[in-house]
Amino acid sequence: MTIATTGPPPLNPGDLAPTKVAKASSLPVSLLFVGRALRTLWSNRKARIGLVILAVVILIAVFAPVLAPYSPTSTNFQPYQSPDATNWFGTTGNGQDVFSQMLYGARISLFVGLAAGTLATLVAVTIGLVTGYRPGVIDEVLSFVTNLALVIPGLPLMIILAAYLSSRSVWTIVLVVSFTSWATGARVIRSQASTLRDREFITSAVFSGERLFRVVFREILPNMTSLVAASFFSAATAAVMAEASLEFLGLGNPNTVSWGTILYFAQQQNALLTGQWVLVFAPGLAIALLAVSFTLINFGVDALSNPRLREK
Amino acid sequence: MTYLTRKVVLFVITLWAAITLNFALPRLMPGSPVDAALAKLGSSGIPVTNAERHAIEVQLGVPNTGLLSQYGSYLKNIATLNFGTSYSFPSETVAQTIGKALPWTLVLVGVSTIFAFVIGTLLGVYAGWRRGRSADSVVTLGSTLFAAFPPFWLGLLMLYVLAFKWNLFPLKGGYAPGVTPNLSPAFFLDAMSHSVLPGVTLVITALSGWVFGMRNNMINTLGEDYVTFAEANGLRTRTVALMYAARNALLPNVTAFGLSLGAIIGGSVLVEGVFSYPGLGNLLYVAVTNHDFPLMQALFLVITLSMLVAIFVVDLLYVRLDPRIRQ
Amino acid sequence: MALLEAKAVNVVYEPNRGQKIWSVRDVDLRLEQGEFVGLVGESGCGKSTLGFALTRMLRPPAHLEGGIISFDGQDISALEGEPLRQQRRNGFAIVLQSGMNALNPVRDIAHHFADIFRAHARDGEDLTSGVLGTRGAALLQSVQLDPDVLGRFPHELSGGMRQRVSIALALALQPRLIVFDEPTTALDVIVQGAVIKTIKDLQAKNSFTAILISHDLGVVLDATDRVMVMYAGRIVEDQPSAELLRGPHHPYTEALLGCYADPRADEIHLGGIAGSPPDLSLPQTGCSFAARCPLVEDVCRSIDPELTALGSGTAACHVRAREFNAQMKVRS
Repeated sequence: MTIATTGPPPLNPGDLAPTKVAKASSLPVSLLFVGRALRTLWSNRKARIGLVILAVVILIAVFAPVLAPYSPTSTNFQPYQSPDATNWFGTTGNGQDVFSQMLYGARISLFVGLAAGTLATLVAVTIGLVTGYRPGVIDEVLSFVTNLALVIPGLPLMIILAAYLSSRSVWTIVLVVSFTSWATGARVIRSQASTLRDREFITSAVFSGERLFRVVFREILPNMTSLVAASFFSAATAAVMAEASLEFLGLGNPNTVSWGTILYFAQQQNALLTGQWVLVFAPGLAIALLAVSFTLINFGVDALSNPRLREK
Repeated sequence: MTYLTRKVVLFVITLWAAITLNFALPRLMPGSPVDAALAKLGSSGIPVTNAERHAIEVQLGVPNTGLLSQYGSYLKNIATLNFGTSYSFPSETVAQTIGKALPWTLVLVGVSTIFAFVIGTLLGVYAGWRRGRSADSVVTLGSTLFAAFPPFWLGLLMLYVLAFKWNLFPLKGGYAPGVTPNLSPAFFLDAMSHSVLPGVTLVITALSGWVFGMRNNMINTLGEDYVTFAEANGLRTRTVALMYAARNALLPNVTAFGLSLGAIIGGSVLVEGVFSYPGLGNLLYVAVTNHDFPLMQALFLVITLSMLVAIFVVDLLYVRLDPRIRQ
Repeated sequence: MALLEAKAVNVVYEPNRGQKIWSVRDVDLRLEQGEFVGLVGESGCGKSTLGFALTRMLRPPAHLEGGIISFDGQDISALEGEPLRQQRRNGFAIVLQSGMNALNPVRDIAHHFADIFRAHARDGEDLTSGVLGTRGAALLQSVQLDPDVLGRFPHELSGGMRQRVSIALALALQPRLIVFDEPTTALDVIVQGAVIKTIKDLQAKNSFTAILISHDLGVVLDATDRVMVMYAGRIVEDQPSAELLRGPHHPYTEALLGCYADPRADEIHLGGIAGSPPDLSLPQTGCSFAARCPLVEDVCRSIDPELTALGSGTAACHVRAREFNAQMKVRS
């Protein structure tokens, strides 16, 4: 029995349903997209918890001046106090109110987490797309640099960089942290971009004359949004932890109030030995919660891109 | 080029790149670390010999000399393990200081990594196999939580509860104060009891990376046809879970080993600081606090090189695990 | 007693919450020991799903909904866990479509066999690797493979060889029923013929009952004694293969045969079937082929035809059934 293959069977006129053509509009579409993404994330139980925690931290950071009973830096109080009616979390060795410090501290930790996360992701996306899409000398060199950056241990490098740089502003921390966390995202994005590069819709776009810029941003990038989002949240988690670690080691700015510096001073003043465990417990817990929220949101992003991981 | 050849070449090139990066770093930084280093040494009252001064300059940057000749001297110094003198420990060379601390970190990090890998992988297999059920949620959420704890915070808490309040473990150090390290069983036990808290802290914070990676790999592997076929042929559940699913799910985790190692090393710096454990991490902490650049540079080099060697060894082991590589 | 009997089998596939797709709808079938049956239909008609259902290999999000499957008189529709696993020895087996991926990449072929022998060993069975190796070698030879394949890994074998190894592994269970799910789809034409011949010879020699699932009507008509045609989750025709080739009864089968042509003819007319299969997430009224059928009448759109006797087998078509009954009346 021989088999002959043919093209698609002839269609009845009634079979052709009018297809909707997507309009290439800019802002409203991206807003719709973000709205849809948020809604999908919300439906994932883990991501929902993460979003709630993040929202709470953002609110605390924004409204700290309103919520805090005292200024975080004023040294009016009796030092080394345990929690009592005036100071809900007690006081530091310098006589500062810990509760107010905790509320204001959210600002720095949140800012560094989001800023370093964004910066690291931008670098990762750029390098990942360039190396993934265009094989050649640039690709080889950049991938080697990426692999090298992956292999060099992050925290020791951050420590060295921070120690050399004399300025201790928040932006220094952001830069140092981003410098060490872009590589993971770059590698992931690169492998996805090179997979997509070989797909037919890209080949057809290139053949139809689309310029490189358009191909990368209009065709490839939208297919990687969940990957980029996952990269961002991973980088943000790492940034929050890295910032806390640097400040704990005394490499931050001791004049600013952040959760990490609270822990630094607590360690310097032997808070545990003086029985002030709240000074250690509270900021650490806060850092952990912020990091957890990013990770939980990432669960939702993961489930978006890999249907096998979706919750039933 | 076979897999092995490629890995060796890559190892050598990355080694060279790391060494060169270490050379370039202090010379790229604003300010002059050399002057600071020399000034610090001078102020500590110890006379600096010309050889030592030269070693520091080679490491951190000699003003007014060609980069290439500096680079040559730098490479020669590394080959002869001449890193100059540290001013945190002026009575010995940097090489000696590091040499004393290295075994402690190797043992702590090495053992913790192995434990974290084994426990994390097993938990991940379990969570992936029982995907969707309560066991999976417990393992996943537990790991997420533990991963989010900053290592130094977890260390502080354990120190407070287990060492300070309940007196179960020593408060600091690698061994009892006043004892000189030796190879007796008594010392060994003493060292062990000092390593428990730092080790447990490291394992707990490093666990989640393995758990998640393994769980997700398991879920993907369980959808593969060879698992379905194995079940269709009525193989025992344990065989399917371990020899068909887990054994294949393990592979991406092993290739990702290098990345996790970086995280553990970072964690060890913090944990050693908290527990005053006499390893490389603690040295780095001390060096940073004292602006001890020669020590910092050398430490960074040693830490990076150790990581490269460990990753290289794992790459070699991978050949045993994946028959598709053995061409 | 029939070896395999299925009554009112339905399979529901739920990819997302609230979305239900009825991939297999109300299927009855009956296989006797030793039959070699083909199951044919286009992609998405439910034939592979039915094959998986019959061998109890359905996985979430697909599940059996209603119906009874009995194997050798025993109801297997609700069997789970250890009892199900033990049924597989000397029971039913399935050979998957992708021989490519059906073998564990990190285990060599000898271990694949050993795993099966060990999993179903009875007390007192010799399980030394020497004995297991001999048994494995014998099975490989029965699928025309050299025994030294035992020492190889799956990535070292070609697609055709891997498919044969899969068949040999299924045979290790000494099953009484083997379902072959599209065994040749991923292979090139020359290898296809060889694999089909191997399956035919094995079936003749070991007289197991075989179901050959394929979208390729040609392959099926060539190899099997009896063919069942599936459309939109239901069996619409069930005839001996020779009869089907001479004269199909159901309009869909006719259309399928019309898609083939003799390449040696002077003029080749290739047909297609206009339209597309119905959306099985929606309830179906009437015959599911009605929208594409050249013989469609009003009754077809409202009443779903049952499988009724037609020719030497059965078919589910109102128009053809009426014509057939009229013919029978004329004759009597």
